[in-house]
Amino acid sequence: MDLPTPNTSHVPYERVYEPAEDSFLLLDTFSLDTERAFLRERFSENVPLVVEIGTGSGVVLGFVNAHAQTLFGTRRILTAGVDMNAYACRATVETARRAERDNPSTHGLYLGSSMGDLTTSIRDHEIDVLIFNPPYVPTSEMPLQPDEFKPEPAPSQQPSFDDDSYLLSLSYAGGKDGMETTDRLIDSLSAILSPQGCAYILFCAQNRPEQVKQRIRGFGPAWRAETVGSSGKTAGREKLQVVRIWRESDSA
Amino acid sequence: MKILSLNFLTCAVKACKTSPNSYPLHPKDAELVQDELGLKPEMIISVLPRIDWEALKSTCSELGFPALPEAAPTKEELENDEKILKDLHHLLLETSISEGKLVCGNCGHEYAIKEGIANFLLPGHLV
Ligand SMILES: C[S@@+](CC[C@H](N)C(=O)[O-])C[C@H]1O[C@@H](n2cnc3c(N)ncnc32)[C@H](O)[C@@H]1O
Repeated sequence: MDLPTPNTSHVPYERVYEPAEDSFLLLDTFSLDTERAFLRERFSENVPLVVEIGTGSGVVLGFVNAHAQTLFGTRRILTAGVDMNAYACRATVETARRAERDNPSTHGLYLGSSMGDLTTSIRDHEIDVLIFNPPYVPTSEMPLQPDEFKPEPAPSQQPSFDDDSYLLSLSYAGGKDGMETTDRLIDSLSAILSPQGCAYILFCAQNRPEQVKQRIRGFGPAWRAETVGSSGKTAGREKLQVVRIWRESDSA
Repeated sequence: MKILSLNFLTCAVKACKTSPNSYPLHPKDAELVQDELGLKPEMIISVLPRIDWEALKSTCSELGFPALPEAAPTKEELENDEKILKDLHHLLLETSISEGKLVCGNCGHEYAIKEGIANFLLPGHLV
């Protein structure tokens, strides 16, 4: 399935993550027949709320929203984005709007984007499809906010060089094993996902995805974590992979 | 941000999660914008079971919209009542908040909305 990628030509890449191999792996994964079948079956009866954490340019959320009919088999999906970076939120609003305009007969309903830390502003047990391409690169420290940093700059304000480097470091710096942020999200999964909820999270090889999957399966007998998309094999190991996490409700 | 978002949002302060007063957040000084969208009855009908009606009623009256029915309309009612369908379409899908604040009824924290984007990042002492 080869669906058009949203236009992101308006995005300021000096301070917002530019779509890269990881972003495109997510698009490819959602386009797979297996994932489309999974999502269709899972949400055939109720309208799913799709939330992307760390939308960056909005390329992934804009894509999923624009192609709702093709991916979910229905246009009746709600989508929303969260990012710590105000510029990423603004970029996502524009990307989603353009992609809706470019796909007038297939798009879902984009509710908007907000600034926040992971899912802390979203009610528990509401998210049906969670998407996260996290800051996954191992770094010795997590990004430190500059003293004069303005989280909500006016559109006319020109951010300093320090602000821009902070915002860009948010997009990749993952601390120990590149997992400090992702681990926090994984710990909250059972509280934030709806009963039929699932999550798509991207990992790189240094994140030790096999161990992470084992940890999630340890949450309980219904929990599943499987690699559903991967790219860039080196020496038999995937460089990047997308893991789908869900609960098998019928298995009990 | 569309009004419907308020049905899924809550205070980001951890201690507020368990308080019923933290949901829904209360809009304050809200400036609204309208998008003209084609009426999609199926969207409203199928999204309704997903909505917390009590929360929607309070959001709706706080924003100064005409009162919603006491109980959520059923599918049949929606199919036969163009007026309520249109009202809900207008409120849920066509109306967005562009500027203002969202206030937590438990801790009183105010989250600013600018250019339609709410900021739920907490100052250090609240994290
Ligand atoms: C690798 S980029 C992914 C961007 C985009 N989704 C893509 O695939 O191209 C990670 C994004 O997560 C955001 N981010 C990092 N930590 C976050 C947090 N704790 N809460 C919300 N967003 C976060 C960054 O600002 C950045 O936009």
